[in-house]
Amino acid sequence: MDIRVQEDAFDLGDEANAFAARQKGMGAVVTFTGIVRDLGDGDLQAMQIEHYPGMTEKAISKIAEEALSRWSLGDILVLHRHGILQAEDLIMMVATSSRHRVDAFRAAEFLMDYLKSRAPFWKKEVTPERAGWVEAKDEDEDALSRW
Amino acid sequence: MDVLYFAWVRERIGQPKDKIETEATTVRELVEELRTREERYAAAFADLDALRVAVNQELTDFDAPLEGAREVAFFPPMTGG
Repeated sequence: MDIRVQEDAFDLGDEANAFAARQKGMGAVVTFTGIVRDLGDGDLQAMQIEHYPGMTEKAISKIAEEALSRWSLGDILVLHRHGILQAEDLIMMVATSSRHRVDAFRAAEFLMDYLKSRAPFWKKEVTPERAGWVEAKDEDEDALSRW
Repeated sequence: MDVLYFAWVRERIGQPKDKIETEATTVRELVEELRTREERYAAAFADLDALRVAVNQELTDFDAPLEGAREVAFFPPMTGG
């Protein structure tokens, strides 16, 4: 299990390759990457991501432990950035490995659903007119009920 | 104990942290106490449905006991990922 919460940017290719290279006897690696979306009109000046140092790592570890107990997995990587990001920057990634693809896919989805609303991160969008906290969506909370 | 605030709760209160001596036995009682401090606290804690709470860095609810609590944090619903 590799959990990292960091301000620095990461290289998706390097991380995915390194993760895949560490796996022994695993036939599948699934990766998901979250990217800062522009608001559609090129208006986004920055995305500020705040987190709760200490709790963040613990909460993510707990979610990852739960995934390991539910599916037959080789390993899990969760990497999440905080600080000030720009449109098109990579915010976070998860990677999962398993012998067969279904477990890796399911676990990656589970991790994403829980990271959305159970890991202590808060996003703020800054545009020329305003700065506003991104509101949690009901559908993100509802997504947890399927697990 | 340390009481921490994040995101708009921090902004509304105007600081990230308070050190508090309290007789409160539950999170809800602590909130009542904080509300009476100043208008900015009353504003931040006006609607508990809009808030989440963690005690000792574990997500919990407003009826959670404060026995053994070293750190209580208030924040809006999380928006990670």
